[in-house]
Amino acid sequence: MQQSRLNATFAALADPTRRAILARLATGDASVTELARPFAMSQPAVSKHLKVLERAGLVTRGRDAQRRPRRLEPRPLGDATRWLERYRRLWEGNYRRLDALLDQLRTPKHPGDHR
Amino acid sequence: MSTLQLTAPGERDIVMTRVFDAARALVFDAHTKPELVKRWLLGPPGWSMPVCEIDLRVGGKYRYVWRHDTKGTQMGMGGVYREIVAPERIVSTERFDEAWYPGEAVGTLLLVERGGKTTLTLTMRYESRQARDAVLKSGMESGVAASYDRLADVLAATPARRSS
Repeated sequence: MQQSRLNATFAALADPTRRAILARLATGDASVTELARPFAMSQPAVSKHLKVLERAGLVTRGRDAQRRPRRLEPRPLGDATRWLERYRRLWEGNYRRLDALLDQLRTPKHPGDHR
Repeated sequence: MSTLQLTAPGERDIVMTRVFDAARALVFDAHTKPELVKRWLLGPPGWSMPVCEIDLRVGGKYRYVWRHDTKGTQMGMGGVYREIVAPERIVSTERFDEAWYPGEAVGTLLLVERGGKTTLTLTMRYESRQARDAVLKSGMESGVAASYDRLADVLAATPARRSS
């Protein structure tokens, strides 16, 4: 279940409009009308993106029955970021070894030490 | 020190960007000469790379085998070179012997040199979003926290750091 939710998070984040919606929600709750305004998009189109974000658990609906403000849920975003960070560290380990190796290749201890 | 930027744009890609304080030709060599590749492309602590074969031409194959020094576990991987523009660009396929992600991936290594420093951009494109996400998840399971602890030892044990 953890795996499928993380998959849903990455799928939701794959779209630039959805990322922009999340960025907007990071500054505060907003209704569908308010969210549609900066994007040259119809409300149904924005609602469709919101549904994907809601399924991924990234966005929830507020209590106000009139406005139905959408709210950013930071937790799944944090999980996805941690995921990336651990993979990044694995490669950073490789690349730090490469730094050391390149250093050695550039400055042999004695002439003729390296090819 | 430069740090690695890693993003997962779109549905199927992982993109890594890193700056190295070295000429592009050296960074290219470190990716294509087996005796050099074996010294850094090791992953988590405890692994070495007893097999590293590289046939650097379009259509040529490469093969890497890693072995865990105490457990004896082996992990093999290989692929085919699709494009080689020395010393700036390599496109190659990648497939593991025991598939831990579905299908084959295509990697594009791009090296750009400016002012004596080289920017590396590695783009891995997987067959599906599921495959890409499985790869990202692997980072979580390999206990990489330990590799940070051991990193200091590795750096300290590497001779010939520049004295300047």
